[in-house]
Amino acid sequence: MNNINAPQLYLDDVVLNPEIHIIVCTGSGGVGKTTTAAAIALRAAEHGRRVCVLTIDPARRLAQALGIEELDNTPRKVEGIQGSGTLDAMMLDMKRTFDEVVEGHSDPERAQQILNNPFYQSLSSSFAGTQEYMAMEKLGQLHSQAQADGIWDLIVVDTPPSRSALDFLDAPARLGSFLDGKFIRILSAPARGAGRGIGKIAAMGFGFFTSALSKILGSQVLNDVGAFVTAIDSTFGGFRERADATYALLKDTHTSFIVIAAPEADAIREASFFVERLNSDQMPLAGLVLNRVTEVNLPEVTREQALAAAQELAAGDAASKFTASLLELHAQRVSQVERQQEIAHRFTAAHPGIRVTSVRALSQDVHDLDGLREIGDLLSSPR
Amino acid sequence: MVNWSGTALHVVSGKGGAGKTTVAAALAINLAREGKRTLLMEVEGRQGIAQLFDTPPLPYEERRIAVAPGDGEVWALAVDADEALVEYLATFYNLGRAGSALRKMGAIDFATTLAPGLRDVLLTGKACELVRRKTKRADNAYDAIVIDAPPTGRIEQFLNVTAQVSALAKTGPIHRHAEMVMGVIGSPQTAVHLVTLLEEMPVQETIDAVAQLQTANLPVGAIFINMVRDALLDEKQMAKVRKGTLGIKKLSDIAVAAGIHQDPSVLATALLQEAHDHVDRSDLEARESSRVDELGLPTISLPLISRGIDLGSLYLLADAMFDQGVR
Repeated sequence: MNNINAPQLYLDDVVLNPEIHIIVCTGSGGVGKTTTAAAIALRAAEHGRRVCVLTIDPARRLAQALGIEELDNTPRKVEGIQGSGTLDAMMLDMKRTFDEVVEGHSDPERAQQILNNPFYQSLSSSFAGTQEYMAMEKLGQLHSQAQADGIWDLIVVDTPPSRSALDFLDAPARLGSFLDGKFIRILSAPARGAGRGIGKIAAMGFGFFTSALSKILGSQVLNDVGAFVTAIDSTFGGFRERADATYALLKDTHTSFIVIAAPEADAIREASFFVERLNSDQMPLAGLVLNRVTEVNLPEVTREQALAAAQELAAGDAASKFTASLLELHAQRVSQVERQQEIAHRFTAAHPGIRVTSVRALSQDVHDLDGLREIGDLLSSPR
Repeated sequence: MVNWSGTALHVVSGKGGAGKTTVAAALAINLAREGKRTLLMEVEGRQGIAQLFDTPPLPYEERRIAVAPGDGEVWALAVDADEALVEYLATFYNLGRAGSALRKMGAIDFATTLAPGLRDVLLTGKACELVRRKTKRADNAYDAIVIDAPPTGRIEQFLNVTAQVSALAKTGPIHRHAEMVMGVIGSPQTAVHLVTLLEEMPVQETIDAVAQLQTANLPVGAIFINMVRDALLDEKQMAKVRKGTLGIKKLSDIAVAAGIHQDPSVLATALLQEAHDHVDRSDLEARESSRVDELGLPTISLPLISRGIDLGSLYLLADAMFDQGVR
């Protein structure tokens, strides 16, 4: 897509820059985020960097290509790297990450209490936002490890396939305020809480509410919540601090965000939201990668020309008909390119300063390191 | 012919980006033909239906949003779990005004967050309540309900409410409510449809979802293959491209003679490349299509609308369904 009106994003300036220690790949689901993160990580490694890539939910074949089909929550060395660098890859296991945080912050007995709590089990495996929170937590862990033993000089993170890319930034705070919230506090000590702070009418409503909740859910659920909050009280301060520290890390000058989109209306809208948010939070944005872009081989031949000639040839012999089909194919592609450019323009017009690069649509999904290498090359060559 | 006259509840899922909302909307239009009345229901708070039909955001209230050929009517409802809980409490516990007070305090949000299974059972419960209107032959009954459901990754969990709730509440009203819901969702009154594209990942997710749904004894309906492109080259022509016996030089000479003013060899290179890309893509689609066929489920193809989806294109898609016998 040659006529995107935006400054060129040179990814190598980010990926190969020794001052950059964290690259966050973000964007809405289904735009090739995980593949892009893996391709960037491989490229950095093959240019001599010591890289760890944290993937969230890779497609089976990509996981196979990286040799991380086993979900064991630890980085594994990727074999077949060319050059002096190294690449480790891992797939996030959110439940286990959460468990490890609990274990790391409590004595063994209390940890076991928390891990066995049914409410904890539901929270750690299905709370909307746990995955985002744990991705952030894991990033923090990997970064501390890199700082401590120097094993990696670059960490590339993929973000969870949320509906909104913003969830990655917001979920940790949401989980935090949920666990710190008034209701959960009161549930852990209903008698004390109801009389204080939340007002009389609300207290009545609350009493009604808890009784309704215990009626419909069974009082067991509320007891579980109470026990959980009591058990986690002392460890949760640690959680919070860690989440805050990781959030601060994202604002660091050694971090760089890459927003990924496809030339589709929804993906572009999400990319716009995300860029605006990064900007208002003063987070370092490298630019936008536009994936799966259709290219046209001879743009000089317009759709109208192609269709006019095709029409003229349609009544002819087999060879003429064949030519007509090829020209129609060309016309179809030109239309698709125009449509994609129009959509991309919604982004570039609103964010004229943001650097952009594009990658053409590939006919196959990635199966091996060669495929990732090819994407790395495409990512780093000017659009 | 895909006869769904006995199906009251259509659940439409699919990989994100495959066009679930669009397909659900077109299905609601198609099933409303000839004086019928259907309801299109949204459960994820995205206001995707409002965007698609170009209307203001939908409230938690049934609204007529479109007409269907032959005086049919399509209604829409954006179900919100919080409101559904207030409604549920009001119905079963005589809640009165306390409901809105609780909502203001964020209590409802808290309850549905606390127990994710509760959220799902409230959403599916609302759909089942609407289905039961039909059984009761109520005046405001719908001929069919179409849910724009969560994506494939979450669909089995979303529908398998008893499994979710039994971990949470082994007895009590919500447990009974879940069993009632399961009585509708697990019955032949319901069909779960999956929307896919002819690409590797969406097809794989579809296959995985079908297996999950079948294991959970949930009734799988049809596979909607979305965004199918016209076959511009026939089999013989594609074979020539594959074998390299295209005679591209001759063809580009013909094109130049027909008014494409380009250097014939430059034109030949470009057209050849585009032909190869097209054949590669078609081959991939054929492979994925046969993987979908192996599922042994009815499949319905929907054409790619290259200008982007708007209200008009929903009727085109509804017609495509009708032409393939979806009733």
